[in-house]
Amino acid sequence: MSASAPEGWQRLHPLSPVVRGGRATIAIFVLLIPIAVGADTLRNATPQIVVIGVLALGGFVSWLVTRWRIEGDDLRIETGLLRRQSLRFPLAQVQAIDVVRPGLARVFRVAELRLRMAGASGATARLAYLAEHEVEPLRDQLLALARGARLDEVASAPGEEEGADRAKEHILATVATGPLVAAIVLENLWVVAVLAGLLVGFTVSPRTVAGLLGGGGFVWALSMVTVVWRRFNQQYRLTVAEGPEGLHLRGGLVALTAEVIRPGRVQAVRLVEPVLWRPLGWCRLEVDVAGRQRRKGEGEAQRGQLRTLLPVGKRALAVELVDRLVPDRPRELSRPPRRVLWKSPFRYPALSWGRTETCVVTTSGRLRRVTCWVALEKVQSLRRVQGPVQRRLRLASVHVDTAGRAVHTTLRDRDSAEAAAALAELTDLARAARRKPALA
Amino acid sequence: MPAVVVVVLLGVAGGVWGSGVALGFAGGAVVAAALLWRFVDRRFRSWGYAEREDDLLVRRGVMFARLSVVPYGRMQFIDVTAGPLERAFGLATVRLHTAAAATDARIPGLEREEAARLRDRLAELGEAQAAGL
Repeated sequence: MSASAPEGWQRLHPLSPVVRGGRATIAIFVLLIPIAVGADTLRNATPQIVVIGVLALGGFVSWLVTRWRIEGDDLRIETGLLRRQSLRFPLAQVQAIDVVRPGLARVFRVAELRLRMAGASGATARLAYLAEHEVEPLRDQLLALARGARLDEVASAPGEEEGADRAKEHILATVATGPLVAAIVLENLWVVAVLAGLLVGFTVSPRTVAGLLGGGGFVWALSMVTVVWRRFNQQYRLTVAEGPEGLHLRGGLVALTAEVIRPGRVQAVRLVEPVLWRPLGWCRLEVDVAGRQRRKGEGEAQRGQLRTLLPVGKRALAVELVDRLVPDRPRELSRPPRRVLWKSPFRYPALSWGRTETCVVTTSGRLRRVTCWVALEKVQSLRRVQGPVQRRLRLASVHVDTAGRAVHTTLRDRDSAEAAAALAELTDLARAARRKPALA
Repeated sequence: MPAVVVVVLLGVAGGVWGSGVALGFAGGAVVAAALLWRFVDRRFRSWGYAEREDDLLVRRGVMFARLSVVPYGRMQFIDVTAGPLERAFGLATVRLHTAAAATDARIPGLEREEAARLRDRLAELGEAQAAGL
């Protein structure tokens, strides 16, 4: 349907409102059970039926008034009955394209396409939902358009098999389930311990635990369970592959996600080593992509600010991935002066920084070690900051600001003279890197 | 400031009538004013900016001394704001925004014409050197 008529307006999958309803849909089915099994007569159930009818009508209307099409280099989405919205998304600004399939969507064999845009507003174009078999070809088509191909060229090759595309990509890493569970437990050890304690306590003396949970503890426990579960759900069997369109990420347990991050769109790379992972030599690798805070209604699963490339893995593997993302990685790091011990005794052992002509790396962290790499062509601005304690110790920090949301790269606590020199040097290198014709 | 003036006048009046307490107040107020003046003066002198060939330097702060380098090509938009107090004195604040939320380049206390000139100049330079993300 999509490949045959790219010119015309198209609708979403008819089951979209059902899937979008999510938990509400499940609740409605539960409401309908008594009627279906004949335990309740239709007359008694009139209020329920009216409510369901109204919801169904609302869903149908929202489906009816929503349509989309590709216009030249833009994706246009029109929606809304009373307040008509016409959205235009320039494909050249696409940062990443995700295919998301929550549990219910998988049941109905549909999937959502999400286009992450650049720009100050950082809006996300959502096509929720499309038939499963349409999504992948459409994604490839959009990616090709984003790369600058013309519409008719793209449309003329609709027969491209998914298998062929998969064959072109080169799998870099997959996460095994065992280490993932261990890693999540170790990183959230105290949370998991408290939850387990509650569970054990519940079997021993239910009333004490119930009292604890009643006093606001229940909300906390629930939110913690959700956080841990969400991470597991997202990172289950996460696979990173390198394809012609960029980095491909696939994974998920109940909700499946597949995303493509276009090359050159990575703003910063971060390697995190939580304290309890370090004896095992494990680490996590994350990348930061441009865009501001998400708006509401963009799906809870996407709150995770960073794209995790490797939820858990050996350091050597992570470093290998870093080498692909940051080709010219600094090898030699310089340590801060010893007097930093007076200011940050716990952070001192982890502090260092290094640079090459194209890249800056910094390390920091008290208990968990964090290493950040930033390509100099991505630098937005540089700041030198000196606080009162730093001035007394003749120290200063240099911040490297990027368009990412979560990675803060800071040359922390350097000698004042070195900081001033680094600021000047990085300014010049960043300018040179920006001027260089962009790769890809 | 007006409070200081009132207290000083009170002290002068007290001195004329020979009241020691009022004189003490006045002395304290003068010392406080001097300290305040020094503080404000240092803060004021910490503000500065320099238009360079490819980037703008912005300096600010006494306790926390900040020096920002913002390349013209990275500027996304420029804000000129003037609060009620600033308006009363014909001043304005220019703020630069890049794609990074952490960029903190603010030039306070500019004359209004200078703020307008700077805004136009930066917009022009930004357009000439604009770079993609």
